[in-house]
Amino acid sequence: MRLSKIATATAMALVLAPLAACSSSSSSSAGSTGSTSSSGGASASGATGDPMADKGQTLTYWASNQGTSLENDKAVLQPELDKFKAQTGITVNVEVVPWSDLLNRVLAATTSGQGPDVVNIGNTWSASVQATGAFLPFDDAAMAKIGGKDKFLAGSLSATGATGQPPTAVPIYSLAYGLYYNKKQFAAAGITAPPATWDEFTADAKKLTTASHWALALEGGSKTENIHSAFMLSQQQGGSFFDAAGKATFDTPQNVAAIKQYVDFMQTDKIVNPSDGQYSKGTDALKDFATGVTSMVFWQAASGSLKNFGMNDADIGVAPIPLPATMPAGGKKITSMVAGINLGVFKNTKYQDAALKFVNFMTSTDEQMILNKTYGSLPSIQSAYTDPAFQTPNVTVFKDILANSAAPMPPVPAESQFETLVGTAMTNFMAEAATGKTVTADEIHQALAAAQAQVTS
Amino acid sequence: MVETLTATPVRHDTKNGKAAAKPPRRKRQLLPYLLLVPAILLELLIHIGPMIVGVIISFYHLTQLYLANWRHAPAAGLDNYRVALNVNGAAGKALLHSFTVTLTYTVLVLGFSWLLGMTAAVLTQRAFRGRAIVRTLFLLPFALPIFASVITWNFMGQRDTGVINHVLVDQLHTQTTRPFWLIGPNSFPMLVAVTIWRTWPFAFLIISAGLQSIPDELYEAATLDGAGVMAQIRRVTLPLLAPVNRVLFVVLFLWTFNDFTTPYTLFGDTPPVQADLISLHIYTTSFTTWNFGTGSAMSVVLLLFLLLVTGIYLIVTNRRSDNA
Repeated sequence: MRLSKIATATAMALVLAPLAACSSSSSSSAGSTGSTSSSGGASASGATGDPMADKGQTLTYWASNQGTSLENDKAVLQPELDKFKAQTGITVNVEVVPWSDLLNRVLAATTSGQGPDVVNIGNTWSASVQATGAFLPFDDAAMAKIGGKDKFLAGSLSATGATGQPPTAVPIYSLAYGLYYNKKQFAAAGITAPPATWDEFTADAKKLTTASHWALALEGGSKTENIHSAFMLSQQQGGSFFDAAGKATFDTPQNVAAIKQYVDFMQTDKIVNPSDGQYSKGTDALKDFATGVTSMVFWQAASGSLKNFGMNDADIGVAPIPLPATMPAGGKKITSMVAGINLGVFKNTKYQDAALKFVNFMTSTDEQMILNKTYGSLPSIQSAYTDPAFQTPNVTVFKDILANSAAPMPPVPAESQFETLVGTAMTNFMAEAATGKTVTADEIHQALAAAQAQVTS
Repeated sequence: MVETLTATPVRHDTKNGKAAAKPPRRKRQLLPYLLLVPAILLELLIHIGPMIVGVIISFYHLTQLYLANWRHAPAAGLDNYRVALNVNGAAGKALLHSFTVTLTYTVLVLGFSWLLGMTAAVLTQRAFRGRAIVRTLFLLPFALPIFASVITWNFMGQRDTGVINHVLVDQLHTQTTRPFWLIGPNSFPMLVAVTIWRTWPFAFLIISAGLQSIPDELYEAATLDGAGVMAQIRRVTLPLLAPVNRVLFVVLFLWTFNDFTTPYTLFGDTPPVQADLISLHIYTTSFTTWNFGTGSAMSVVLLLFLLLVTGIYLIVTNRRSDNA
């Protein structure tokens, strides 16, 4: 009898444990991070003219992981923060948060109201984060304090929240997708120019694919990479995942065609190694390209990483991702999503003026040059492009893509649901294609309809 | 019983003898409860509190729109439960699929872990040279940090670089094309195998401890009566191990059913459909889509299911042992 009582007690404890763990995990991280800025004098009146007006205040800044490691980021940022302190007397305590934690940390800070003053977010979260109302909107008054909205690249500024509303965060590092190709392997296969249309792309890719070599590398197991490609291809088809009212329209024929085209790179064209179906770390495909295992990859500006993997600078070519030879009805000439990192200010910060000064500093010409050069990303403000480092042919390609053929991911609150639901479905398609099953348009349509039914907003 | 009867009066004597010097009896009765108060408060705060919050959340439409002022999230009534339990809807269908996968997974893991644990425990019951080393080796998978051991399986399961395919394809030439282990149909057996590898040492440990309490005389008597090894296991070991097994099964069932770390470490946050375990499924539906109401409703349904299964199991097994 005693044992059975122990059994009952243990069983109860175990039954209850996961529920408790599940509901508490969102708040536990808030507890550990709830150390908002505490030092500093009385909040001074925000006279923008006097740089030292907010002297003695302390800001907490959560930076995202842009460098090779968290320590590397801290080493890159600290000298700049010291400069800021010298200019304004404001201390900034930076904490570099890994990408796997950042969204959860931001959500926890939102729920508890205890968080940093300034934070980096992935720009695709903008609309979702905006809907929580936790961030300070960059309305005209706030924009004026950080130098006005005209200083930013229009493309980057389009991925800062719902259309028609003031940005919820401003861009600091901008990125775009391009088609990276291996010049040496292209030349060896007798291809003189990178493909401009999908027909040329497939023809070139088939030339490049041999028994031991694949033309294209894809991060097939990564939700995020898959969804970015699906979005871009769907734009070219004239599709859209949300209508003007923000309602999900996943299962349109255009979206099905876009996803089918992506899966068919592996399934029908056989220009992608089936192994790519399980690439999910976010570096596997790039590494394959850098080490010559494949000749092409769709990637965001990555010259730094390519060099780290040991790729010869002279072999790296970049072109916009191809377009259909004849544009379908309603198709847009979009070759990339607007990628990048935005900087936001928490609404309940005690030091709003100091926080805006810091945003102004981070988006100033000098800092934009220094930081984007180090991280291999593109400046989000016009004036920084005067730096010779941003005038190389490869960087110019990305700048043009960002300026002319990039569109922001759907700026709706349900964007993160879209990424999860459709991204997961695509990951499953890639797994099926990799393991030898056939993914039909019908199946894609059904999966998209099921995903659409799960969107709540 | 005899012991307690004789012991009680003695204690009474001492108590009465010192009664004059000691504070009144009432306080002595209160003290144990006072000592328990911090523990109970902490239990309420850390364990029961968040659980109740979870249940409450399941009745609200808590999405990112209401995160900043979650006190104003609109009441959902039973909406979240309807979404979770409507098997004709997309979310309900996915949850049911995940539930079936998890159930199959649990039965397989439970069965094989017990069988392996039992076999190993019986084999190492008698002393032999190096028994301690063998037992330690057996326990190793359970002692390793879960992340470190499962991520190793992830490396081993890689298609092009993993050691599994290296052995199967490059060394033994059993397959012509390299199979996938972390996506597609093979991901489920892979997950089951990894979990059994991690879980069976625990079964082994508990059963070994249980075997210690079976007196040797019973085996000697059985041998004299002409019982072979199998008969001894069936007639002596298993019946006497029944109470241990009963606890073991409940613990293993709940661990396995709720397992999150193993699939998450092995597959990341997008598990293959074939190996879509329920804890990870709920995590994905609630955290990565910012829909905490539905996620909580699913958790509550899961909790009720586990309570029901565990309750029935304990009632049935207790009744059986009471009758015996």
